[in-house]
Amino acid sequence: MKGWPVTLSVLAGALLVASLLTGPAGLPPADALIALAFGGDGPMPIVMREIRLPRAILGLVIGAGLGLTGAALQGYLRNPLAEPGLIGISGMAALGAVIAIQTGLSLVAMSALPLAAMAGAAVGVALLVALAGPRGGSVTLILAGVAISALAGAGTALVLNLSPNPYAANEIVFWLMGSLADKSMLHVWLALPPMMLGAALILSARRALDALTLGEAAAQTLGISGTALRWHLIAGTALIVGPATAVAGAIGFVGLVIPHILRPLVGARPSALLPASALGGAALLLAADVAVRLIVPDRDLKLGVLTAIVGAPLFLHLIWKTRSGGRV
Amino acid sequence: MVLRLSGLSVTRRRRPVLHGVNLTVCGGEFVGVIGPNGAGKSSLMEAALGLIPFTGASTLAAMPADRRARHAAYLPQSREIAWPVSVEDLVALGRIPWPGGGRSDEDRAAIDAAIARMGLEAFRKRTALRLSGGEQNRALIARALAQDTPMLIADEPIAGLDPAQQLTCLRLFRDLASEGRTVLASIHDLGLAARFCTRLVLLSGGHVLADGPADAVLGDDLLRRAFGITARRVETPDGPAILPV
Amino acid sequence: MQGCVRRSRAVLAAVLIAAAALPALAAPQRVVSMNLCIDQLAMMLAAPGQLVSVSGLARDPRLSPMAEQAAALTPNTGRAEEIYLLRPDLVIAGTYTPQATLAMLRRLGLRVEILPPAEDFDAIRAQITRMGALLERQVAARDLLARFDADLAAARVPSGRGRAALYYANGFTSGGDTLAGSILKAAGYDNIAADYGISATTHLPMEVLVMARPDRLITGATWPGQSQGEAILDHPALAGIAPTSRQVTDRNWICGTPFVTRAIRSLR
Repeated sequence: MKGWPVTLSVLAGALLVASLLTGPAGLPPADALIALAFGGDGPMPIVMREIRLPRAILGLVIGAGLGLTGAALQGYLRNPLAEPGLIGISGMAALGAVIAIQTGLSLVAMSALPLAAMAGAAVGVALLVALAGPRGGSVTLILAGVAISALAGAGTALVLNLSPNPYAANEIVFWLMGSLADKSMLHVWLALPPMMLGAALILSARRALDALTLGEAAAQTLGISGTALRWHLIAGTALIVGPATAVAGAIGFVGLVIPHILRPLVGARPSALLPASALGGAALLLAADVAVRLIVPDRDLKLGVLTAIVGAPLFLHLIWKTRSGGRV
Repeated sequence: MVLRLSGLSVTRRRRPVLHGVNLTVCGGEFVGVIGPNGAGKSSLMEAALGLIPFTGASTLAAMPADRRARHAAYLPQSREIAWPVSVEDLVALGRIPWPGGGRSDEDRAAIDAAIARMGLEAFRKRTALRLSGGEQNRALIARALAQDTPMLIADEPIAGLDPAQQLTCLRLFRDLASEGRTVLASIHDLGLAARFCTRLVLLSGGHVLADGPADAVLGDDLLRRAFGITARRVETPDGPAILPV
Repeated sequence: MQGCVRRSRAVLAAVLIAAAALPALAAPQRVVSMNLCIDQLAMMLAAPGQLVSVSGLARDPRLSPMAEQAAALTPNTGRAEEIYLLRPDLVIAGTYTPQATLAMLRRLGLRVEILPPAEDFDAIRAQITRMGALLERQVAARDLLARFDADLAAARVPSGRGRAALYYANGFTSGGDTLAGSILKAAGYDNIAADYGISATTHLPMEVLVMARPDRLITGATWPGQSQGEAILDHPALAGIAPTSRQVTDRNWICGTPFVTRAIRSLR
């Protein structure tokens, strides 16, 4: 499909607007957009600018980041089952974030929150690359992911249970499933800069990921440095997944579903799949975030619930294909 | 373009697999590396390209990675194609070392020439993974041709191919050499190696046992020492046939 | 003779009054309370030495207006074995005390009474009377009730002071059927929760709260350590509404006890 950049951009843009116009307050769309753009008196500009705008921006940015890292990890590991949420990278980021919060580091400096989450994500992705690097198969990848996820989940639960705060122990769901509810522009400014840097790092590796289509050795003889690529991927993934998880919890399956859907549309080249998956991931997460507000408007349904409902069957399907020896 | 290996030694998992190999390959040569399994053929090529750690010297491995990529193309034994890309996109990967990013006129010309040379025009838009093994192999060779290097190093390029595809492949390599390129390939079929290569290198146990024209390398004594077989040599109008007995 | 009879009646009356004032023989001698709110009523009504243990939470000055009194008593964490080892003859628990613990205590032969949380002023009054009866301290209960009624009447403000909103961690609010809602009403405020048909404690989306434009915002207390649920209270959108009159609930808001009159006064 030739026109995918335009189609996907329009789709993501439309869902961004839909996200801005969705909310329990039921604001009239035209008034809401005017209040967003021009401000004015009364509570409507506050709702639009302080509540809905950060939520929509975070949906766009985090969805794009998850789609991008999913496509990048799949390209690097040459495995369509790789995804930051499933293989424990988001879980490790959540552990880092929870530690920063519960030790009070994030009170000393707000930036400690994304930094700690980045450190967690980096440990997760480095462990994974070490255990199931480009030569490891699907089974190694999934088993390594299960182990890392379990470790991260247990660590997160432990830290939250040790907290003196009565609410903290109940927050394991947020860290496991993710939510964009009631985030502020502060969260946007906290997450956006490192995520942009990570996206730049990953996009700069797109030709190298293309070359990896031929295998590691052939890629190396095309002038690609395996070590440099590995560090690019680890740093880029940590810079994206860390802050994304620090503000919105671990949202799974976006990075699995989107590259899988878009791969045939963009001709399967990782260099084309990276930007396409970023746009597609943004569209999926924005759609999911609109849906959670429409399905149960008066509850905070977690985003990961919806993405898992869409993604888990696809994951099973992919495992089935791998099992029967077929190519994905 | 000359490839010079001197005193090349490789150790894998604490086991020495190459012992001080000296080898010089010049432009216009199609050198076939023969030898039993485990003789060190793949290690020789990988070390020459700088893909694995080694001691000694290789003119190719000594180059910076980006320059090396414009000097030598490599066809690994695995023939991996990880994603369902089109034949055209697969061939275009050969242009990665060049500055055009696959889109310049020069790139397009190299891609078109490689596709035409391998007779893949009809498969251009097809998904490479859906082609037959032989067609996939041709697409991967076209990828290496698109890299437009004076040197081609191929690990078992005809393994697993039907006889027609084997001949296509070896004829191409011979033609490339006659155009002045340097071709180094490991080949198991001694008869085909003898027919197409301009020179053979017999490896055994990590040592070069013999290096020279086919007649000299495929002697009874050397074959027995290297492979532990006796071979019957039959001269045919198309070249020698080697029958292990 | 007549005088003698009159005198003996007076003696009888005196004895009866004295008997009412002292714990009767049937009155429990070792009472254990297992719930923060019950702890407070029990401490207010029990005779000296009658109450042997209250919950550990009652010692926390952030939660309990009677933390000092509680510090003099043995704290318990609500586990069956420690309660049993206190050898109580009456255990008073709340509705939310784990059923398994209560069943275990009953199996061990202890008398266990359960009091529901008091969510409005009538319930508080009933609770005082009930606690007085359980402890055989009816007179003290009557005194406390009279003081509470007087305090409440003095603290009450006629309605019409404007619209107020209660907002807690995780975006919860309380409606009219809750203790906090009753306090709000007694302080003369209309609760915005009523506009959205909310009578209990439930989730209220932040943008709905902002659109409601309350005149006064009362937020839940925050606890040591941090949580995502409480982070919502620092959201800049909340700073945008009711900027001058933000108040935080405290220990006087937690339990249905006579201390709620302090909470009502705090809203003046």
